[in-house]
Amino acid sequence: MCPEQIIELMHKYLDEEINPTDELLLREHLQDCKECETLFNELKKTVAFVKSISHMQAPSDFTAKVLSGLPKEKKKVRMGRWLKNHPMLSAASLFFILMVGSLLSTWNQDREFSVSKQKNLIVKNNTVIVPKGEIVKGDVIVRNGKLKIEGEIQGDATVINGERYLASAGHVTGQIEEVNEVFDWIWYYMKKISQESIDIFDHPETE
Amino acid sequence: MEAIVKKRIKQVIKGDQDAFGEIVEIYKNSVYQLCYRMLGNSHEAEDMAQEAFIRAYVNIKSFNQDLKFSTWLFRIATNLCIDRMRKKKPDHYLDAEVGGAEGLTMYSKIPSKAKLPESELESLELQETVQKEILKLPDKYRSAIVLKYMEELSLNEISEILDLPLGTVKTRIHRGREALRQQLRYV
Repeated sequence: MCPEQIIELMHKYLDEEINPTDELLLREHLQDCKECETLFNELKKTVAFVKSISHMQAPSDFTAKVLSGLPKEKKKVRMGRWLKNHPMLSAASLFFILMVGSLLSTWNQDREFSVSKQKNLIVKNNTVIVPKGEIVKGDVIVRNGKLKIEGEIQGDATVINGERYLASAGHVTGQIEEVNEVFDWIWYYMKKISQESIDIFDHPETE
Repeated sequence: MEAIVKKRIKQVIKGDQDAFGEIVEIYKNSVYQLCYRMLGNSHEAEDMAQEAFIRAYVNIKSFNQDLKFSTWLFRIATNLCIDRMRKKKPDHYLDAEVGGAEGLTMYSKIPSKAKLPESELESLELQETVQKEILKLPDKYRSAIVLKYMEELSLNEISEILDLPLGTVKTRIHRGREALRQQLRYV
């Protein structure tokens, strides 16, 4: 019977932890001892068998099943990832939110009565009167008040968040516009901006 | 690889489940195989492997990021399987896969007219035999052998996963190897 030490060396060899001196000792012994050689070969064969079956794949829906079993994700994270994946859309929606926000805040700030300055307009308790027989030159804009037209306006008349009366003798050469709802107002505001930008392009030669 | 996993773990801690999906993709085969070799049944193996990932997700904050993620994950999976094995009653499903042969169920034991090529049949038989012998090992030897030869981990990693001294791990592998040799020597 061979010393227990030799079997120990075989395991060290299989663990890849044998030092060169011991390996030489083991090899010399194996050459002389048939019994140990058989045992060593059987051990090596066993390891090879065990290693040979070691390639397994998880079922194809494995990851999906794991993810569906997880506790619910926080909304914040989902939003954040969506924004990261759609940079153009996020930029556009951010722009849109800011635009609407600024428009709404302008709308809310403009609660006070105001009127464009023209010499012959009469202002009485938030009511602006264009007197009979008078001619007002330029556009008239009234915010948060009433506009009574008895004379003539040579330009546009706009009433924001208010009312407008046109007397039978009254006359407006331009357009008459009444803006009362937020969306009307936004529309008006955008028209104004685009009108102004068109004016910029139209005028440079005359200025 | 470890660097990618570390990055994904940081995202997972913030609550990003897609990042966790990538981690699952990286480790699913090895975790599934570990469970299958320990339990010998694909239904249970899938359940345990999924449970291991879900536990990893839930407890991700307790993972020490200076360590190797795979070691931690394998430790969760190994402990789950050992618990499962201890509770397990012997049971046999007809559609349970035959040991070692993925995709081969008890139905395939019922003789069919189509014949497999001889070499393929032999290799399936060998796989079956080896898996059966692994399942016969006591669980403490089995876990060490599976981690060493199926997952090809170093002895140091195995000692961390099993939370045992290196010497104990070596002894278990030696005894497991010897037990397998005695069963497989005439194959």
